[in-house]
Amino acid sequence: MARYLLLRTGQATLVLWAAFTTAYVLLQLLPGDSILIKFQNPELGLSPQQIAEIRARYDGGASPLAAYATTLLGFLRGDFGYSVDTGTPVVERLAEALPATATLAGAGFLLAVLIAVVIAFAAGYSRTSWIRGALLAVPSLFVSVPVFWLGILLIQVFSFRLGLVPVIGGSEIQQLILPVLTLAVPIAAPIAQILARSIDRVQAQPFVPVVAAKGASRWWILWRHVARNAALPALTVAGLTFGELIAGSVVTETVFGRNGIGRLTEQAVNAQDTPVMLAVVVLATVVFVVVNLAVDVLFPVLDPRLRTAVA
Amino acid sequence: MSGIRTGKLLAGKFHAGGLRLRTVGLRTVGLRTGRRRTGRPETGLVLAVLVIAVVVLWALVPGLFTAHDPIAGVPAEKLRAPDARHLFGTDAVGRDLFARVVHGSVHSLSGAFVAVTVGLLLGTLLGSLAGSAGGLLDDAIMRLVDVLLSVPGLLLALTVIILLGPGTVNVAIAVGVGSVAAFARLARSEVVRVRRTDYVEAAFGSGGRYPAVLWRHVLPNSLGPVVALAALQFGMAILAISTLGFLGYGAEPPTPEWGLLISEGRNYLATSWWLTTLPGAVVVAVVLAAGRISRSIGRGTE
Repeated sequence: MARYLLLRTGQATLVLWAAFTTAYVLLQLLPGDSILIKFQNPELGLSPQQIAEIRARYDGGASPLAAYATTLLGFLRGDFGYSVDTGTPVVERLAEALPATATLAGAGFLLAVLIAVVIAFAAGYSRTSWIRGALLAVPSLFVSVPVFWLGILLIQVFSFRLGLVPVIGGSEIQQLILPVLTLAVPIAAPIAQILARSIDRVQAQPFVPVVAAKGASRWWILWRHVARNAALPALTVAGLTFGELIAGSVVTETVFGRNGIGRLTEQAVNAQDTPVMLAVVVLATVVFVVVNLAVDVLFPVLDPRLRTAVA
Repeated sequence: MSGIRTGKLLAGKFHAGGLRLRTVGLRTVGLRTGRRRTGRPETGLVLAVLVIAVVVLWALVPGLFTAHDPIAGVPAEKLRAPDARHLFGTDAVGRDLFARVVHGSVHSLSGAFVAVTVGLLLGTLLGSLAGSAGGLLDDAIMRLVDVLLSVPGLLLALTVIILLGPGTVNVAIAVGVGSVAAFARLARSEVVRVRRTDYVEAAFGSGGRYPAVLWRHVLPNSLGPVVALAALQFGMAILAISTLGFLGYGAEPPTPEWGLLISEGRNYLATSWWLTTLPGAVVVAVVLAAGRISRSIGRGTE
């Protein structure tokens, strides 16, 4: 077990390092220079000399390799450099934006799991083929809907038509309802799909008729016996949706005008603010890799059958 | 000896069949969904093919579908609700929305085409290289693919956009880069699978050189799942391109790109529902159709 843990952690660290390096190299290739964009503005009246000075303060004028090493060491210490756009430390901007996005993404993920479980179990329980068919078609509809359009549609229906959720103002909870729903829909789709499929597979196993013969009701079988066996593949997929969750937050925050990592990303792209973009990409990758590492490590804990195979 | 014969047979069978792929997809769908085999294609699939056909026609001959100008508006007819004359209504400067959606299809379709081509070429190249070379190169390439998979797609696309700048082609390339990993993984697994078959060994045995065997036998026989993935990615690319268009990194405003149309319609949410709802519904229909076709191809070649 310890060896497995060590191996997986090592792999995850390697992927993180490679992701950092790839993003760093990509963003350094940038032809448009973000420092020039900001400071060459004639209104600022800076001489070329002063601009060179500013540049030296940003990258130290060191060789590319040294600059890379400095940035990498900075990231390891939690120092992400300075935003070219606002001049404030990137860490501060991230820390400001993170809580809002974490709330949105966390609530969105929980709702997505709930939606997925309802769809998959209703499909697994239903004996009427057209209801089952309709339920199983829902995930492919969900993934085909543009997130931003869904958000707009929800605003239109719930805020403007029905007047259920205020467009401006309203309590914190009221402001969260529609964004969370928007975010949850595309995340729910893959989880529901895999869960429904694995419920089907488990229901075909011989132990199901045995439990039924002992007198268990269909709900009992589905909930107590099938669900536990079917949950593991869904857990893997749920881990993989974290990438989509972060991407969805970017779009959702833009549509609903919420501040957060998504807004920060949008501003960074518009201002070619490479330090912020690098930090956002690394943060998103860390979340994704750590979550999936956790899922991998949890697997043997949740499924006794895997314990011997690993140890 | 028999190995060589089956090898030729199988390989030959597949050479006949670039076209066959599609028809197979149409015919065999009924089997798995539990329907009786009637020889009749499923309605869902027929609808999907129809949707794609119509949208492709929109892109090729927009004049056939609408007489209205997509760029120049008639101010007197601004913000009209959908009716017989303006199927999708009109926007704030009196442009016919249906005409804008029809003329916009060429941007979404060509963008998605570029994106899938980038992903397919780069991904298949990397994947088949990894699958055929094995060893250290295989490891190196597949770790790179892991990295690409662990960066969220949209952020990867935005990074590429920071690098290349906004614009229709750059957005398409950015989206394509995001799909490289999926293609590479699939191509690698297919190459590894096909390489172990008897007929490929037979081709080597009868003196085939590596690149020739790869090109003549391995690649054509790995094609089915790759085509299915390409169809799926085509739909996903349309979705991603409209998202980036909505965020404002794609085409410039007078262009009737689908994401941009929805973004422009946002200012009239309270009064003109059709400006955002209808273009979005078209996007959903196209993406759904691409997914449906992809599933059929996938099943047909299993």
